[in-house]
Amino acid sequence: MRIFDPHIHMTSRTTDDYEAMYAAGVRAVTEPAFWLGQPRSSAASFYDYFDGLLGWERFRAAQFGIRHHCTIALNPKEANDPRCTEVLDVLPRYLAKDGVVAVGEVGFDSMTDAEEKAFVRQLELAGEHDLPVLVHTPHRDKVEGTRRTLELVAASGLPPERVLVDHLNEVTVDLVAESGCWLGFSIYPDTKMDEQRMVRLLADHGLDRMIVNSAADWGRSDPLKTAKTGQAMRDAGFGEDDVDRVLWRNPVAFYGQSGRLLLDPIDVDQTETFEGNSVLRGQRPA
Amino acid sequence: MTSLDDLLDSEGRARLAELTGEVTSTPARIGVLLPAVARAVGRGPADPDDPDGMVTPRIEDQARVALLRAAAQGWNTDALVAEIGALYRHGDADEKRAVLRALDHLDVGDAALDLVGDALRGNDTRLIAAALGPYAAEHLDPHSWRHGVLKCLFTGVPLAAVAGIAERSGIAERGDAELARMVDGFAAERRAAGRDVPADATWLLDRLTAQRPDVDGATVPDQQRVRYDQED
Repeated sequence: MRIFDPHIHMTSRTTDDYEAMYAAGVRAVTEPAFWLGQPRSSAASFYDYFDGLLGWERFRAAQFGIRHHCTIALNPKEANDPRCTEVLDVLPRYLAKDGVVAVGEVGFDSMTDAEEKAFVRQLELAGEHDLPVLVHTPHRDKVEGTRRTLELVAASGLPPERVLVDHLNEVTVDLVAESGCWLGFSIYPDTKMDEQRMVRLLADHGLDRMIVNSAADWGRSDPLKTAKTGQAMRDAGFGEDDVDRVLWRNPVAFYGQSGRLLLDPIDVDQTETFEGNSVLRGQRPA
Repeated sequence: MTSLDDLLDSEGRARLAELTGEVTSTPARIGVLLPAVARAVGRGPADPDDPDGMVTPRIEDQARVALLRAAAQGWNTDALVAEIGALYRHGDADEKRAVLRALDHLDVGDAALDLVGDALRGNDTRLIAAALGPYAAEHLDPHSWRHGVLKCLFTGVPLAAVAGIAERSGIAERGDAELARMVDGFAAERRAAGRDVPADATWLLDRLTAQRPDVDGATVPDQQRVRYDQED
């Protein structure tokens, strides 16, 4: 089983996770820019974070045999903080970089005017930079947030196949399926989605444009949920080709629209350094 | 050195010409075009024996320098200094390296020394090498320059990467006594730790402390001269 986790926040995870992910078949990931669990207080904090996503984290993943890509954006929650919104003016410099495969996560948190303004601007930036878009749907008022999201996407003029609408569930799946956008599902230990519900959705809706991720972050989450969903698919009678399609070919097709995916296998050398630092701290390679 | 034109294929040359035209008419486009250069134009070592471009800048470095030089035509000094600061601040290691390499060709006086200082504080050997080009040889203060040379010895950056090493360290004349003292101390520490002294350190120390006729005609080892100079 080869796995591309299309949404996972690896900066919040440990090297044990990287090892377990590799052992489970994960060979590539996309890490979307999001918030830190507590608010940033300046734009400069975002720049350091973006630099980390493009630099140290990409290097760190490679040391464990995993190709790392990222999406860059001002996230919905912090779009409400005027101290942070100047990030929008600097985003073009980051969207131009190798390793950036989409604009994201954008979308709604509390459905405010500031969120909508940032969302619309970032949809425009995706068009200007010829990048796909990863859209977060809100935890609260999800159906209304998803509906408004799809209206804004349609108004942006972006082709729906360039947009992945994430964190969907049984109540939002039809709305997005009808829009022509890609459908993302985050499989969590307790909330959002679980493997069995996901398998039922795949059985009901088919595999077209369906994408599964762990969305693992600093909260209670599981970076192996992609692999566990693959196993649940097999247990439910799906074949290996179906699993490969959902866990590898679909996310590759979506992010591949950026023209910036790197998927060739990595020749791991843990003694390599990034800006002079290695993952070993003087220990022997794993 | 092979010219950039010869290093690029015809498609790469055409793309670079296109990007150069774009920044010539709209210099601000450099902010989004500089990061995309390797993707658009080409990448790889210019010298196969120097894959990291420590001495001979890599293809993408040279292409980025060409692009930045073209954009610079459209700015006054203040605007240029502001933009190279932003390119460096928001650049990844490859872009930072190109900005440092470009400094030799940009008319910014000593206004970009903070970028050189940033690179020399870090541990990225490719950045350290790029920071010690002709711009640093001309503008960096003696203390920082000596520490830059010492950092090369510590981190394994070949001294061949340090522009003007012979001239600035005064190899042909008296030799920079302070630099000689620092390199001698470095070599002593390595020996005390039972570690090899890098060949570059020995090379430099030999030249900084070579025996030469003294001002009064006597020949003394420069090691002694170093001690005299320290007491000044």
